[in-house]
Amino acid sequence: MASQEILREEPNRGSFINDPKIRSLFFQTLVVIIVFGSLWWIVNNVIENLQRLHIASGFQFLRSRAGFDISTTPIEYTSDSTYGRALVVGLLNTIIVAVAGIITATIIGFIVGIGRLSQNWLIRKICTVYVEVFRNIPPLLVIFFWYSGVLAVLPAPRESYHLPFGSYLNQRGFYFPRPVWGDGSWLIGVAFLLALAMAWFVAHRASQRQMTTGQQFPVFWTSVALIVGLPLLAFLLGGMPVTFDFPKQSTFNLTGGFQVKPEFLSLYLALSFYTAAFIAEIVRAGIRGVSRGQTEAAGALGLRSGPILRLVVVPQAMRIVIPPLTSQYLNLTKNSSLAIAIGYPDLTATAGTVLNQTGQAVEGVFIMMIAYLVLSLVTSFVMNIVNARMALVER
Amino acid sequence: MQEHDMSWVRTEMALAQPAPPTERGAYAWVRKNLIGSVGDTVLTVLGIAIVLWILPQVINWAFINAQWTGPDRTVCTTVAQGGIQPDGWTGACWAFVNAKFGQFMFGTYPVEERWRPILVAILFVVLLVPMLIPRVPRKGLNALLLFVALPIVAFFLLVGGVFGLPHVETPRWGGLLVTLSLSFVGIAVSLPMGVVLALGRRSKMPIIKWLCVVFIETVRGIPLITVLFFASVMLPLFLPEGVSFDKYLRALIGVSLFAAAYMAEVIRGGLQAIPKGQYEGADSLGLGYWQKMGLIVLPQALKLVIPGIVNTFIGMFKDTSLVLIISMFDLLGVVKQNFADPNWASPQTPKSGLIFAAFVFWLFCFGMSRYSMYTERRLDTGYKR
Repeated sequence: MASQEILREEPNRGSFINDPKIRSLFFQTLVVIIVFGSLWWIVNNVIENLQRLHIASGFQFLRSRAGFDISTTPIEYTSDSTYGRALVVGLLNTIIVAVAGIITATIIGFIVGIGRLSQNWLIRKICTVYVEVFRNIPPLLVIFFWYSGVLAVLPAPRESYHLPFGSYLNQRGFYFPRPVWGDGSWLIGVAFLLALAMAWFVAHRASQRQMTTGQQFPVFWTSVALIVGLPLLAFLLGGMPVTFDFPKQSTFNLTGGFQVKPEFLSLYLALSFYTAAFIAEIVRAGIRGVSRGQTEAAGALGLRSGPILRLVVVPQAMRIVIPPLTSQYLNLTKNSSLAIAIGYPDLTATAGTVLNQTGQAVEGVFIMMIAYLVLSLVTSFVMNIVNARMALVER
Repeated sequence: MQEHDMSWVRTEMALAQPAPPTERGAYAWVRKNLIGSVGDTVLTVLGIAIVLWILPQVINWAFINAQWTGPDRTVCTTVAQGGIQPDGWTGACWAFVNAKFGQFMFGTYPVEERWRPILVAILFVVLLVPMLIPRVPRKGLNALLLFVALPIVAFFLLVGGVFGLPHVETPRWGGLLVTLSLSFVGIAVSLPMGVVLALGRRSKMPIIKWLCVVFIETVRGIPLITVLFFASVMLPLFLPEGVSFDKYLRALIGVSLFAAAYMAEVIRGGLQAIPKGQYEGADSLGLGYWQKMGLIVLPQALKLVIPGIVNTFIGMFKDTSLVLIISMFDLLGVVKQNFADPNWASPQTPKSGLIFAAFVFWLFCFGMSRYSMYTERRLDTGYKR
């Protein structure tokens, strides 16, 4: 038949310029040439500039003496340590402030987010004001506000505020009693780990029993009793090996105790309060995303409002909440680099100092980038595991 | 025989009874919203306690005890600190803001030339307002003037050096001028760049796709400060000897690149939300790639992600404050710089200056977010499920 013969013919594609395959190949080649051409040009310029400025390249500088001091050092560090160790101190400081900030921001964020959905008009309004204020000002400004507006105008050490549990607050920071671990305090740690293992075991058995017999077991209170009780028991049995080093007021300063520097405090408070406003909005969206029918159906099954929230609404809301929550955690970690503005020695600040001293800008920026990328990837990885556990298990 | 007709039909409507007194008026509102249950009542009391604790302090500090005018630090310090206020006085030092207002707005832009940024601001407002009101016609011409003509005019007006205008170097720019100009240019550059990156990421050409993915994910994984460091320390190394960039321009490049990566992800979300049928429909009409994207897909996708785009704008507006780290003085930078002025050093100065800056930032960001909510409602074409 005629029509079949026409179909069997090679389709007339016209000019090869219009062939999508050739076009795609052409454009990609063009892009590759442009990108690698400019990269080559940049690398060439960099090498030329470095040679002209007599700047060494490579990572040997990591092993040479740093020669600058760092105010907050979680691990041992002096100005005689190496650049590499200085960068590790910076990285640890970043991790400390990020983890502390993430925990606090999550707590405040969940409280405010649930508060925005409260039946209570006043609570709702207070939470709305909080969110609208903090969402719309730059985080750097919040940090400065805490640093130069609040903490810097606290009284001098001689007139420090006395707080409960023997802690003090003044313009040099927050002081609280430092536990001194005496002989035999390892027992407490062992008891704590043991309690954790037992709590996990109890929870596991309880859920098994509920699956088979339907009987419930007060897992939460048992775990609390185990985790608080066992270390306490070990503490008493070990002859109370832990003593506290209380901060004492001397003429010009406080001695002893554990000092939290104002730089850390303002960064930590600012990041927590700022990020909490965003987390609150995420939580609110998550809870509102659970359809009303779910609550009503649970009520029809005879659950009361507490279990409805705990067993039906929150697990479903978490599914909506976790992915954006992860990106807020990443934002908080990245915003912790604002530390440089108030002199908290985080990764960016120490890397900046190293970069200025050695002049090796390329390596310095490269290390910063890699470190933050790795931190981001680790956070995403952990949150992905949490997300996978929370995700809808379809039968 | 008379039959009793038991049926009865009511012919007039029953008069509506007023709602019971517990269900109407202020009392019902209070009962429902403030004292619904024991827990609710406790929360209300707690809330009132918080408000009563904070609000009087704030009002006292910001208005009643505040000093509005004054020549120097004496009006804002107590006698013990060398001023005229009684001991124990605390209050806002708006006199500081008042005295430094010109600097907060323009930095060290020469005083006799300040009409130039003011003129640019007026032009900007005149072009922006009709752009924002949907009913005003000729949006195309308006956009052309706002995004093409205005930047050119503003460039010559602000930088000067032509038509008899004295040249003003960018290091002398500062304050709100830097904040607004950085974010305006950043917004104008990052949106088209974000569209290109998003399209590239969804492209079928593997090399283009991977280049876009690597760029977007790298930039999103690192803090803006690192990008700014990169722009301020590395860019000079990238260029041949003798060629140098203005510091302002370097910051601009850093901020725009950063915002573009975030914008690309937002727009990608919109592109993914467009049903496949729209792409196929465009293909079947014989439209080419750019026609398909420009006429069918992008208008719908961008409309869907307006809230995300505005959020990115807001984020970027706030992020411009970070240029302070590479020692450029935007609004926040100028405010902070002035804390060091011995003429105005007092315990109240930093707080007052920062709250003023916070208020300005808040006004812009809040305005943007409200406008985005309004647009979202207006453009809601019923796509939402």
